[in-house]
Amino acid sequence: MNLQKILEKHAFQKDHLIEILIDLQNEKTYKFVTEEEVSLIADALKVPVSHVCGVMSFYTLLSFDERGKYIIQVCKDVPCYLNDDFNVLTTIEKALDISCGDTSKDQFFTLEQTACLGCCDEAPAMRINNKVYTKLTKAKVLRILEEYKEGILC
Amino acid sequence: MLEKRILTQRFNKYDGLSIRQYIDLDGFKALEKAFSMSSQQIIEEIKLSQLTGRGGAGFPTYIKMQAMLNETRDKYLVCNADEGEPGHFKDRHLIEKDPYQLIEGMVISAYAVGANKGYIYVRGEYNNAIQQLEKTIKIATTKGYLGNHICDSDFSFELVVRRGAGAYVCGEEFALMESIEGKPGRTRVKPPFPTEKGIFDYPTLINNVETFCNLPTIIEHGGEHYSTIGSNHAKGTKLICLSGNVKHKGLYEVPYGTSINDVISELGGGTANDIPIQMVQIGGACGPIIPPRLLNMDIDNEAFEIFDAKMGAGAIIVIDENYDLFEIVLRNMQFFLHESCGKCAPCREGHIQIVKLLQKFVNYQATHKDYVSLQSLAEVIHTTTLCGLGQTSPTSVISTMTYFKEAYDKRINQQNKE
Ligand SMILES: Cc1cc2nc3c(=O)[nH]c(=O)nc-3n(C[C@H](O)[C@H](O)[C@H](O)COP(=O)(O)O)c2cc1C
Ligand code: FES
Repeated sequence: MNLQKILEKHAFQKDHLIEILIDLQNEKTYKFVTEEEVSLIADALKVPVSHVCGVMSFYTLLSFDERGKYIIQVCKDVPCYLNDDFNVLTTIEKALDISCGDTSKDQFFTLEQTACLGCCDEAPAMRINNKVYTKLTKAKVLRILEEYKEGILC
Repeated sequence: MLEKRILTQRFNKYDGLSIRQYIDLDGFKALEKAFSMSSQQIIEEIKLSQLTGRGGAGFPTYIKMQAMLNETRDKYLVCNADEGEPGHFKDRHLIEKDPYQLIEGMVISAYAVGANKGYIYVRGEYNNAIQQLEKTIKIATTKGYLGNHICDSDFSFELVVRRGAGAYVCGEEFALMESIEGKPGRTRVKPPFPTEKGIFDYPTLINNVETFCNLPTIIEHGGEHYSTIGSNHAKGTKLICLSGNVKHKGLYEVPYGTSINDVISELGGGTANDIPIQMVQIGGACGPIIPPRLLNMDIDNEAFEIFDAKMGAGAIIVIDENYDLFEIVLRNMQFFLHESCGKCAPCREGHIQIVKLLQKFVNYQATHKDYVSLQSLAEVIHTTTLCGLGQTSPTSVISTMTYFKEAYDKRINQQNKE
């Protein structure tokens, strides 16, 4: 779906701005919104560009930065911390040879942290794009990363 | 039996999609009964039930409904499914395992207060819940339980899903309304309250997922019957999100009046590896951290009015002796630093400073002066911020200073010796 189709789906309604930005970003391989798209959206919804930029910068899930094809978000909150006996974050950092906040050179993975994913009953948890993985063990994390690389998971 | 399963009675009995199976499990019975009642009669039952909001603040539900009913303009209904408070997962379970119960509760509420349009605001991270709702809303509309002339009545109600985009503060009702309007989720100055001036300036009733899910059972069995469940302080059941260092983490439904201790030991099976409990955090990152000797307290809201904090939305996070108290408090405050919307200075700047101070405690570099600064800063944030985020965020600092003062003293002394 291109931007025009997304705008039509939302009937060019101002209050749908966040929905439009989420839809647009989800369509893109590298999960980001460009400045050009921001001005197109502002025009179409008849709102100032600054308003769209304000929304972009307020919401954590929206990004101006080109990121990886797969965005790994490791939960950083207390219930997960209390069940993380192998350190999910450093395990991934080592396996992918990147630091938290970075994107791998081949632009395949971006590694981030996230607030509680509402899966504390199955902690520790992480999210890759729209999928949540829980009850993580070191072996499970490494296997998941491999399966993404091999295209088994996507 | 410690558990009393009312809201969770259909969990795992159907796939969360089949409306036929929901109806076979007595679904939509309450709605049909509601249509035979007047608005005032329904609100009267809710009043008798003594139902209070399950989103954290514990406000009597019928008061907001009555205020809405008195308004004559177009009205909106909003379900708060933003569930961002660390340690909570009850709303996700309610949506994923029995979405029609939520839809039924919302239609009853909308009919009672006279709202014709409703939103379910779900946090963007809850992908499964969002898809589940979109599918079930479609099915319910086809079957005549949503949309025009519901169950052949005069009443019409349209329900849509709105996604959040990763901002905890949008769970706060004023920020949530801004977000539904397509704006950054910064809180509003109040009053006016949502029931007077809500989304697009129209009267708006906002309730938590669990609150709405209580309506069908209240209407089906009557408010008076409902009020026999629970304790002197609070009626009905509460969904408890048990996590941390316990054997059986999970979602449990218990009547109000149950003690925290019983939840942890009987339902949770105690700590994993039987390491002693060091402390328990109640209500998520914004809740108090209490020592084991207070665990015989009930899960009631009233009983929790220590530090102005309430029971919150039902999280119980168990922390055993292997963990450092300061590391836990630091993580709580880093969460709020990240989630502050930045509108008011004490919240924006205060959290930066409070995290710096706590880092000193974690790193054994804190002095008595830091302790005093931490104490006054927590107090300032608690008393001067604009919305509930900052008003409750320092609770873990204030409560540990009260109950674990010796841990602070010890940490300061260890620094002095090194
Ligand atoms: C910072 C902050 C975050 C909140 N997050 C939520 C939330 O995720 N879900 C919720 O139902 N209520 C949340 N609330 C409470 C809402 O403002 C509001 O009281 C609630 O939705 C009212 O519904 P209830 O009466 O059914 O509890 C939050 C409040 C604050 C101050
Ligand atoms: S703390 Fe990680 S999912 Fe809740």
